[in-house]
Amino acid sequence: MSITLLAVQTLNGLQLGILLFLIAAGLTLVFGVMDFINLAHGVQYMLGAYLAVAGYQLTGSFWLSVILAMGAALLFGLLLEVLVFRHLYDRDHLDQVLATFGVILFLNEAVKVIWGAAPLSLPVPELLDGSIQLMENFAYPVFRIALIATGLSVALLLYVLVTRTRVGMLVRAGATNPEMVAALGVNIRRLFMLVFGFGAMLAGFAGIMAAPILSVEPGMGDNLLILAFVVIVIGGIGSIRGAFLSALIIGLVDTLGRSFATDIARLLLPPDAANDVGPAIASMLIYILMAAVLFFRPSGLFPVRGA
Amino acid sequence: MKRILSALTVGAAVVTGSLSGAVTPAAAESIKIGFLATLSGPPAVLGQHMRDGFLLAVKENGGMLGGLEAEVLVVDDELKPDAAITKVQGLLERDKVDMMAGVVFSNVMMAVYKPIIQSETIFVGANAGPSPIAGKGCSPYFFSTSYQNDQNHEVMGRYASQKGYGKVVVMAPNYQAGKDAIAGFKRHYTGEVVEELYTKLGQLDFSAELARIADARPDALFTFMPGGMGVNLVKQYSQAGLKDLVPFLSTFTVDETTLPATKDMAVGLYSGAEWASNIDNEANNRFVRSFEAEYGYAPSLYAAQGYDAARLISGAVEMAGGIKDKKSLLSSLAAAPFESVRGDFRFNNNQFPIQDFYLVQAVKGEGGKYVTETVQKVFDDVGDAYAGSCRMK
Repeated sequence: MSITLLAVQTLNGLQLGILLFLIAAGLTLVFGVMDFINLAHGVQYMLGAYLAVAGYQLTGSFWLSVILAMGAALLFGLLLEVLVFRHLYDRDHLDQVLATFGVILFLNEAVKVIWGAAPLSLPVPELLDGSIQLMENFAYPVFRIALIATGLSVALLLYVLVTRTRVGMLVRAGATNPEMVAALGVNIRRLFMLVFGFGAMLAGFAGIMAAPILSVEPGMGDNLLILAFVVIVIGGIGSIRGAFLSALIIGLVDTLGRSFATDIARLLLPPDAANDVGPAIASMLIYILMAAVLFFRPSGLFPVRGA
Repeated sequence: MKRILSALTVGAAVVTGSLSGAVTPAAAESIKIGFLATLSGPPAVLGQHMRDGFLLAVKENGGMLGGLEAEVLVVDDELKPDAAITKVQGLLERDKVDMMAGVVFSNVMMAVYKPIIQSETIFVGANAGPSPIAGKGCSPYFFSTSYQNDQNHEVMGRYASQKGYGKVVVMAPNYQAGKDAIAGFKRHYTGEVVEELYTKLGQLDFSAELARIADARPDALFTFMPGGMGVNLVKQYSQAGLKDLVPFLSTFTVDETTLPATKDMAVGLYSGAEWASNIDNEANNRFVRSFEAEYGYAPSLYAAQGYDAARLISGAVEMAGGIKDKKSLLSSLAAAPFESVRGDFRFNNNQFPIQDFYLVQAVKGEGGKYVTETVQKVFDDVGDAYAGSCRMK
C-alpha cells in the first residue's frame, strides 16, 4: 500500500459520496419538509437515466439530452404528485410506504416494456471524455471530476435556496408548522407540490449524471435507495447539510473499507480466512456506522436546528 | 414504440394460441412443455434471450417439435426459488406438462430440480449447471444443453496459463457463484494469483478495486461479474484506461446481453464460452441469421442454449416416434440426435454435454452490431469435473 493509492482511494470515496448526495438530497428534502416517505425516489433516479438515454437517441447531444431529461423528470414528478402522492400526505407512513412501493413495481415494469430488459448506456460527452494520469497505470476520468464539481455546486445551490431565499423560508416554515403558514395565506399544497417536483428533478439529475458511468437498467435505483436512506438517517432527516456531510462520510468509509479491509484482516488472520472476513466486514461497515449513530445520536449527526 | 407493438402482438398471439388450444380437442398427439426462466428483475434479459432462442426453434418447425403440435408454457420464476417451486408444481400437476425446460439461475435450479425429477418428468436444462446435479445428484431425467457452471471459468484459467500470464488479479462478487468462479479459474491456472478481490453483490462503483488492480500491476485480470455489475465494471475499466494495460479475462460478463450497453468500451475484452456467433456450421449460421431477423437483436450464448434445447427435444421426439414410450424417449435424448449450433455435441455419462470451449472476444460486427467471436479453441471435446461421481440409477 502506497500513499498514492491511499490518496486515489480517498478521491474515489469523495466521488462516491457526491453521487450519493445527489440522490439523497431530493429524498431528504421531501422526507424532511413534507414528512412523506417516498420509496419511489429510486425509480425517479432510474427514470432520469432512461430519459437521458432517450433524449440522447433523439438529439445525439449529451447536453441537450440533460436539459430534456431534467424537464421530463420534473414533469413526470409533478404528474406522479397529482395522480398518486398528494392523496397520501395525510395518511400514515405505512400507507405511504405501501403506495410508493407499488409505484416502484409499476415503473420498473413500465421501463422494461418500453426500453426492454437489456442494460443501456449513455456515452460520456466529448468535452469530458479525457482522463488525468494520477498514478502509474491508473487514469482518473475527467467525467468523474466533473461529477464532483457538479455535486458541490448542487450542494451550494440548495444551501442558498433553502437558507437565503423567500421560497426557502416558506419551505422551512411549512415544514415546522403547515397550518400556521396556510393561515397566513400561503398555498401550502402548491408549495409542497413544488418541493416534490424539485425533489423528483434532483433524483432525475442524479440518474443522468450516473448514466455515463453506471449501467442503465430496470431496478438500477433500488440498491441506491437503501444507501440514500442510510445517508439521510445518519445525516439527520430533513437536513441538506447533514445529507451532504454524511454522504461524504459514507462514501469514504465504504471505499476505504472495500479497499483496505482485506489487508487489515490479513495482519490478524491467515490469508484464506482474511479473504472471507475482509469483504464481509467491508460491506457491513456503513450499516454498523448507521447502527452506532442511531444508538448514540438518534436524530442523526447533523439534525435540523430547532426541530 | 416498436417494442410495445411487438409486445402486444406477442400477447395477442398467446391469447389466441391458448384459446384455440382450448377449443380444438387433442386431435393429433401433442407435446406440452413447461419453460421456466427468469423474466423479471434486472437479470430478465438472460431469461429473455433463452426463451426467444427456444421459441425460435419451435417457430422454425412450424409450431411443431418432432412432428407433434408443441405447446410451450413460459413461466417467470422471478429469481425466487420458493416462487419457482410453486409455479413448477402448477405446471406438473395442473397443466400436466410432458417435459420441463429452461432455468437461468443455479439457486432456482437447485430448488426445482428435485420435484421435477421425482415426478419422473423429463427436464432439459438450458443454462444453470450447479455441481450437485452434474455429480452425485445426477438423474436419468435431466439433460443439459449448456455446461457445468465451473467450465467457462476453467477455460479462462487454462488460457491464462497457456498465454504465460505469471501473475493475475481475480475479482468476483462475494457469494457462492463468485467463489465457485474463482475456484474454477484456479483449477487450470498454474501462475500466481497475487490478489483476490471480493466485491459486494450488486456493486455499482468499482473505482476502489480498479485502483488496487492498477497498483498491483498484474499480467491480467480475471473476473466474473454477471449482469449490470459487469456493465458497470467494463465501462469503468475502460474509462480508467486499464483496458489497454491489463488484459481483461472474464466469464458471463461480456456477451450479447451486456454489449448493447457497453459497446466500444467492451470491444477487445476476452471471455470464455462454448458458443459464439461466428462458429462456422450450417446450423449456427442459420440460427444467427434468423434470430436477428425475428427479434432484431444479436443472440447470446443463452439464446443458443435455449435454441439447442428445443432442437434436442425435437430430434429426440422424432427419433422415439412420439412421447408415449418414456424409455425410448430417454435413450433418444441421450443420443442427442440434432445438429448443435456449437458443432461438436454429445452427452457425457451425467448427461451434460461433451463439447468444445473457446476464448471469445467482443467485436463490432457487420451493421454495427456488437457480438462475441471465437479467437481460439481452448478445450476440445471436454466433459466436466463432476461426471466421475455421477452414478445413474
